Amino acid sequence: MKLKGSQIIMEILMEHGVDTVFGYPGGAALFIYDSLYDYQKRIKHVLTAHEQGAAHAADGYARATGKTGVCIATSGPGATNLVTGIATANMDSIPLVAITANVADDLIGRDAFQEVSITGVTLPITKHNYFVNRIEDLANALRDAFRIAQEGRKGAVLVDVTKDVTNAVYEFEPAKPRTLAPHPTIDTKKMEEVAEVINSAKKPVIYFGGGVASSDARNELADFLTKIDAPATYTLMAAGVLDADDPKNLGLIGMHGSMAANRAVDAADLVIALGTRFSDRVALNPNRFAQNAAIIQIDIDESEINKNVVINYDIVADIKDALNILTPLVKQANHQDWVQMVHGWKKDINVPLADAPLRPKEVIQKACELTDKETIYVTDVGQHQLWAAQFIKHKNTKSFLTSGGLGTMGYGYGAAIGAQLGQPDKRVIHFTGDGSFHMNLNEACTAVSQNLPIITIIMNNHVLGMVYQWQTVFYEKHYSQTEPQRKTDFVKLAEGFGATGYRATTPEEFETAFKQALQSKGPVWIDCEINKHERVLPMIPNGGTIEDMMID
Amino acid sequence: MSKKEIISIFVENKANVLTRIVSLFGRRGFNIDSLTVSATNDPSISRITVVFIGNDQSLSQILTQTRKLEVVKDIFTLEKENSLYRELLLMKVGADKKERSAIKEIVDIYRGKIISLSKDSLIVELTGAPEKLDGFMELMNCYEIIEVCRTGITGISRGPLSNTDSDD
Repeated sequence: MKLKGSQIIMEILMEHGVDTVFGYPGGAALFIYDSLYDYQKRIKHVLTAHEQGAAHAADGYARATGKTGVCIATSGPGATNLVTGIATANMDSIPLVAITANVADDLIGRDAFQEVSITGVTLPITKHNYFVNRIEDLANALRDAFRIAQEGRKGAVLVDVTKDVTNAVYEFEPAKPRTLAPHPTIDTKKMEEVAEVINSAKKPVIYFGGGVASSDARNELADFLTKIDAPATYTLMAAGVLDADDPKNLGLIGMHGSMAANRAVDAADLVIALGTRFSDRVALNPNRFAQNAAIIQIDIDESEINKNVVINYDIVADIKDALNILTPLVKQANHQDWVQMVHGWKKDINVPLADAPLRPKEVIQKACELTDKETIYVTDVGQHQLWAAQFIKHKNTKSFLTSGGLGTMGYGYGAAIGAQLGQPDKRVIHFTGDGSFHMNLNEACTAVSQNLPIITIIMNNHVLGMVYQWQTVFYEKHYSQTEPQRKTDFVKLAEGFGATGYRATTPEEFETAFKQALQSKGPVWIDCEINKHERVLPMIPNGGTIEDMMID
Repeated sequence: MSKKEIISIFVENKANVLTRIVSLFGRRGFNIDSLTVSATNDPSISRITVVFIGNDQSLSQILTQTRKLEVVKDIFTLEKENSLYRELLLMKVGADKKERSAIKEIVDIYRGKIISLSKDSLIVELTGAPEKLDGFMELMNCYEIIEVCRTGITGISRGPLSNTDSDD
């Protein structure tokens, strides 16, 4: 059948099971939006306040559902506004397809109104991108974009389509989504060698990351863990893969990781790294990370092997495939003494603080206590993000949505909107700080118009807390631009948007507000008064090791 | 321990492919000595030859990171023992009547050609393995070199059982 370019875009979205997209219209995107009007019964378009919110929403939708998130923007500023969202998704290996309209092909390269070479701009922050200025290339580019987003290590793909192409008519043949390339084949001999190494280890530790979540290997990890009888620690990207109550769970690793996790990796004779990339927030000192251990790394991305830390044994594989082969090869181990020793390093860090009636830990624990284990938690970036990572009782994968790699302040509200639309039956709680929230709180209008019952908990300490903390510790309390003296009244502001706002200065006030929020049909903000001297602890500075850990 | 490696990359012959490769090298901080691109017998494939300076770790990074690019069909190092490298050099040398014959003698020994001649300068064309070109340049240093242009290395792996290099 003959279809217009903009209709071909709709058909290909439907071929890939896309029923929700996030975006913002504009001049170059008029034909696309005309088709969205015609297809509105089949594809729900969620209009955000800003394209950045649309990109974060598509990302949140992808993280909460495992499907590819889709966002749409017009040329020029529409496209550049997506950039932070695309980079955020790509850094965390989240499958995202961004579709941008560009000016008509006869205007390309002439500095036309709202013209930007978005493929040039997004080259370093996408897995791949396409500039489509010929209608005959459109369907293939879009189908490949969906394939690339999900294939191997997942990521972001952008397809930029000139306006004339969206209006050109061309023969369209419906097709099934492209077959993904098969996972890397596993060298069984290498695997047997690795199994031998595991069998002879006395003090093994598992350190796992987002790759385990991405490969849906939660159960396989649990079986492996039981068999080799090793404690396990995880990165920010893997919160929820291992149940918070599992006795083998040591908590978060790295800069703000737990004492037990960091000590265990330091004392181990074998570290088994699964789906993780030894980032500078984990291997703070790459030359001394796991300094007494041999390291086994299993990852689907070959380029992660030996990138930051020197590896002794590597397997390039999908984590689920690898564990399905490895677990039967390893012997049932008993490392009781080692596990007990590591357990002994667990330490509840509770620094008393005067004049702090409402503490972050209490807020987070209360919110968890009053909601079920299916709850999806979304964070922004900063102190509240790490508190959330540390204090939430993580129970599930796809339930802790956070910008781990890029560290994007302002990520949270858009992502929460995407998550809630992707998982309408689940409770979505958005933890934010007053700094992060000020960046993109304009998406409140989206949450209101979509009538989403997202509960936003603002850890309001009136400072840019994480930087403030660093300035306190390392910059002689020179609070350079971290005390903004803002007078924002979040309760009134929420009401101004048509949402509901509460304020809490004590645990009792918080509990009352939160219980009311749970009854609300639309978005609710709870502005929590937090003392600015609250810190994220423990903390190991860049380049440090366990010996440099600060606990008060 | 830094060393020089010649890397061959087969890429889709499409717009912006070179940008993708070079942008990756730039943002990952890979140190490139030279880079040449050309068509192959298959019109849909181009071949890029890169001279890379680095250690084992950075060599493994450039190979694995580049391999991930959607446009890259294949990438491998051209091992010295079983590959041939060639480069083309053009050199404009200031030379009056008296110096011409001495220069011609050197050019002949190197099996080069004088491709242009004017009253007080001449242009030499020379192809060969990069070491040969280096040697030629060193010898020519005592003359007035006005301009030099080198294409950068292009390389190909030898056929099986062949160990000849007519340039040796």
